[in-house]
Amino acid sequence: MTWYVFDEPSGAFREAARRCTEAARERYRIDVVSLPADADQQREQLTRRLAAGDESIDIIGMDVIWTAEFAEAGWIREWPTRATRRASAGRFPIAVQTATYKNMLWATPFTTNVQLLWYRTDRIRKPPKTWDEMIELAEKLDRNNRIQAQGERYEGLTVLFVSLLASAGGKVLDADGSQVSLEPEPTRKALNVMKRLATSRAADPGLSTNREDQARLAFETGRSAFMLNYGFVWPSALQNAPEVAANMGWTRWPGVVPDRPSRVTVGGIDLAVSTYSRYPELAFDAAECLASKDNQRIAAERGGLPPTLYALYDHPAVRRRLPFADLLRATLKDAVERPRTPLYTDISLAISRTLHPMRDIKPARDAARLKKAVQRALRSEGLL
Amino acid sequence: MRRAQNLKGWLLCAPALSAMALVTAYPVFYAVRLSLYRYDLRHTADPDFVALRNYFSVLSSEVWWQALWNTLLITTVSVFFELVLGFALALLMHRAVFGRSALRSAVLVPYAIITVVAALAWKFAFDPTTGFVNSLFGIERAWLNEHWSAFAVIIFSEVWKTTPFMALLLLAGLSLIPDDVLKAAKVDGASAVQRFRLITLPLVKPSILVALLFRSLDAFRIFDSVYVLTRGAHGTESVSVIGYNTLIVRLNLGLGSAVSVLIFSCTLAIALLFIKGFGTPLLRKD
Repeated sequence: MTWYVFDEPSGAFREAARRCTEAARERYRIDVVSLPADADQQREQLTRRLAAGDESIDIIGMDVIWTAEFAEAGWIREWPTRATRRASAGRFPIAVQTATYKNMLWATPFTTNVQLLWYRTDRIRKPPKTWDEMIELAEKLDRNNRIQAQGERYEGLTVLFVSLLASAGGKVLDADGSQVSLEPEPTRKALNVMKRLATSRAADPGLSTNREDQARLAFETGRSAFMLNYGFVWPSALQNAPEVAANMGWTRWPGVVPDRPSRVTVGGIDLAVSTYSRYPELAFDAAECLASKDNQRIAAERGGLPPTLYALYDHPAVRRRLPFADLLRATLKDAVERPRTPLYTDISLAISRTLHPMRDIKPARDAARLKKAVQRALRSEGLL
Repeated sequence: MRRAQNLKGWLLCAPALSAMALVTAYPVFYAVRLSLYRYDLRHTADPDFVALRNYFSVLSSEVWWQALWNTLLITTVSVFFELVLGFALALLMHRAVFGRSALRSAVLVPYAIITVVAALAWKFAFDPTTGFVNSLFGIERAWLNEHWSAFAVIIFSEVWKTTPFMALLLLAGLSLIPDDVLKAAKVDGASAVQRFRLITLPLVKPSILVALLFRSLDAFRIFDSVYVLTRGAHGTESVSVIGYNTLIVRLNLGLGSAVSVLIFSCTLAIALLFIKGFGTPLLRKD
């Protein structure tokens, strides 16, 4: 039994595989095969193997955005009906949704993730509630109090846009994922925020080439007041920059519209079983074991990966590792998905392409351009 | 007699020719065939024959023309600098009296570094927060954040990496010039400039053309540096990045193959231009 999953540095995944192998009592043995750390590269490797019908893949650590694509291409198996209840019981509805396509379950949710707003408690008295507030606050401070976000032309920019759009009350595609939605008012609001951030003097000068990790590094140098990022920055700051960590606060992602809480994009991985696996029944059992409560706890405790089972957020060991567990849970409750369509990669490419660099965005013009680009991507037309 | 010899020659070449056909011709023809279909790996439906529609779609897209222009710009500018610097280095290596082999190995170091690694190193070097370039010149500039400076960094990393290759090819050309000719010219009173212009340059011209051809073909396919440094953002996309996005990221085999075939035709055109247009000798004829 092989489990293709991204290279998790703490060894939590290997530990989970070891425990499940032991529990299986010789029925199966799980070997972990590491994929690159970058999600785009993981997908490239997996799609190439799956398109060629590679029998050596049994379990896939599937990024939440691949479900529709992999299901539509016939690369993963539908989750067996007898086990669907177990796969969704006690899990965040949004996490279960990411594993669902065409009203069927295709995987079991394993880990999840959402961004939070990290800020310097020694420089800001009260954390901002909205983007406007945050940008104003940062501009009032000196130049060493920048805002760190993800502005490179890649998936992270799409995530930023989708979160802003959702916070403004809009969405990219309509409910069944076949038509472009992008309502004018929310889209314009989201684009306004991006434009304002990028042209603000509080923006990092490297914004248009920054990813999650550059943002983390820049925050750790101590010259930033705000950062939008995932929870991995916390253990990293504790280790690399204790003086920054000592003054690091966390709060909910800022909203776009006053009085409306932000809605951020959900991440994480689901475990699916490959169509070409020679032992599908065993693979389902093994995947179920890997995503069990104990293994989610280990992944959270060691790797800092937020669990999909909400009860775990009360577990003392998890709370020690993720002191912001309550905030995560609250954020996950109204998190949003990225468009659920087999053509998601094309759509993401279209979005990040149209909106990069953020400082050149012209909200009125680009709302229309964006709509057109997403429409073309949805019809799989032309170059992107 | 002659015919028998010819036949023998062909027979001896046959294994090499069939190997070439297998590894080069087959993929090329397969790509051409794929480019005539609407074929997306993500859909289980059978591919549709669409004739030349994929080509129309690519050639009518501003994305393609922008990328082609970028690629040509990167190619010409970087090959120009490589030629000038490479020639200077080659002359230096040729004339160096002591430490010759040490000099040659030192010059080759950048070429030995894997492109991706070199590009990553330059990305960090030019980064406004973590890099050394800004502090070296005492400026604050986000190099990869603007169109022209991003272009400059890409071209710089390309030149840095492949100048040694150029220098080596030119050095080979220089070492073919008989010393007697230069000595005779000196005796006849030709100045250093005259010797360079009237003897060295014409005699290394074949090597220069071959070096230019190799480098232009190579530079036209630029992918790694662009991908690592900017991912094609800020209008620095090269045609290979477009091919990669279409073929590998979007799994659109038809459209992606059309892009690949067009890139292949461009390299073919460049090669023809050099060989027919400038008379680049690919084989030394005695």
